[in-house]
Amino acid sequence: MIRDITLGQYYQGTSLIHRLDPRTKIIATILYIIVLFIAQNAFGLAISTLALIAVIALSKVPLGFILRGVKPIFIIIVFTFVLNLFMIPGEAIAVLGPLTITRESLRTASFLAGRLVLLIFGASLLTLTTKPIGLTDGIEKLISPLRRIGVPAHEIAMMMTIALRFIPTLLEETDKIMKAQQARGADFETGSLVKRAKNLIPILVPLFISSFRIAQDLAMAMEARCYRGGEGRTRMNSMQMTRLDLAGFAFQAAFAAIIIIFGR
Amino acid sequence: MIKVSNITHVYSKGLPDESVALDDVSFTIEDGSFTGIIGHTGSGKSTLLQHLNGLLKPDSGHIFVGDTDITEKGSNLLEIRRKVGLVFQYPEYQLFEETVAMDVAFGPKNLGLSDEEVRARTVEALELVGLDAEEFGGKSPFELSGGQKRRVAIAGVVAMRPEVLILDEPTAGLDPKTHKDVLGMINDIHEKQHNITILVSHNMSDVAAMCDHVLVINKGKLVMDGTPEEVFGRADELNEMGLSAPPAAEFLRRLKASGVPIGRIPLDVAGAADEIIKVLGR
Repeated sequence: MIRDITLGQYYQGTSLIHRLDPRTKIIATILYIIVLFIAQNAFGLAISTLALIAVIALSKVPLGFILRGVKPIFIIIVFTFVLNLFMIPGEAIAVLGPLTITRESLRTASFLAGRLVLLIFGASLLTLTTKPIGLTDGIEKLISPLRRIGVPAHEIAMMMTIALRFIPTLLEETDKIMKAQQARGADFETGSLVKRAKNLIPILVPLFISSFRIAQDLAMAMEARCYRGGEGRTRMNSMQMTRLDLAGFAFQAAFAAIIIIFGR
Repeated sequence: MIKVSNITHVYSKGLPDESVALDDVSFTIEDGSFTGIIGHTGSGKSTLLQHLNGLLKPDSGHIFVGDTDITEKGSNLLEIRRKVGLVFQYPEYQLFEETVAMDVAFGPKNLGLSDEEVRARTVEALELVGLDAEEFGGKSPFELSGGQKRRVAIAGVVAMRPEVLILDEPTAGLDPKTHKDVLGMINDIHEKQHNITILVSHNMSDVAAMCDHVLVINKGKLVMDGTPEEVFGRADELNEMGLSAPPAAEFLRRLKASGVPIGRIPLDVAGAADEIIKVLGR
């Protein structure tokens, strides 16, 4: 069901990873993604996998929970893999009718698929262990130096907070509307692609109207509480780097160094 | 007849947020009955309703509508939804078509009826909810008032001519006059179609006045099942669950508790007034 989507969801916990400063985790995630693309050989990918496994184990988020969330994306990965498998010229190792698999294509396709899987797991681990508010506060802090060149850091962070805040609300709303239309005999699961796309109209129209209504209500409620942007605004929880974060940075530095030296 | 036997439903089974929404619930609703369901927010009412037309499947137990077991694997969902019409809370949020008539026709069309039949049912349903098909049929549902939108949404389910009509708080958020009108309309539909009607409401006076059978759900369990007199006679237990008898009955009960010689405790204001007049000896 639609509620099963865990991408972008938070998993309640008090593990070491949960307690890290959001900024540390954001930086770590970006660094991890960069390193994934620096890594060029099997050793590099293996180390990246091991590092991720270690972090997942530390976070105490059940593997099944992560898998459930990233399942929909696996279709894209399989698609990319298959596409790459047949597209790169080189030394042929298997021929399927008009399609040829080459040694180079097999290597590129497997590496790309492996990277994508690690990337998605890594990124979803960030949202699973960081509360949305922490995440946006962290982003705001990280991009606030750019305010000097006119980047509206607070506004960007607020937009992200609101967007994240509305994911569950809109999922719930979608679920409700879907059920209501199903109760009137609507069918979303069978038929041709065109027919199925057409069948979405009874969901999309009410969902659009609901979103506008919710947005308007929220704007009103924010104004009623004197919201007027980021100028002079203080935080309820100010973020503080601890020794734990230092350890986190040390781990990242070691990991990045190993990959840069041996993984290329 | 609806027969629910021993249904249990658990949300997010095996996850940290696992919760038992329905716990071994069984009851029977006779043909032609107007049944009320009362219970706290989060008591499991909505989960129960969604089971009755196959939107949710129980983890265990069976539900029979007529002779059909709707919990069986591979049961015909469209057929179940034709039999059991469910009007959700704030149903006006599902309206999507360009015109009122097209929106009401959505359900009948999904049933695969002929154009002629669909049109006939649309007109019939609009008349049943008290809207003139000529006048409203061509309007956009989004230009109607709140009460009219609610009626159109109810018509969208009524047009499927369900044998069982379920309404989840059909008067939530309506002003007092529209509230009364919509309840009157639901009563009319019940009398004209002789179907089973199930009403979920937080308004005990409405339930007492309209229903001949009341179910009380608390924390996923069915705790009371009887006539309104039987259920509201157990006011102390209801109070413990955060529910209550209708205000008129509650008022008489307190008079009686403080020593006023009240005989029987009627559930409506007129009955209560008669009782007080009797005590006053006039």
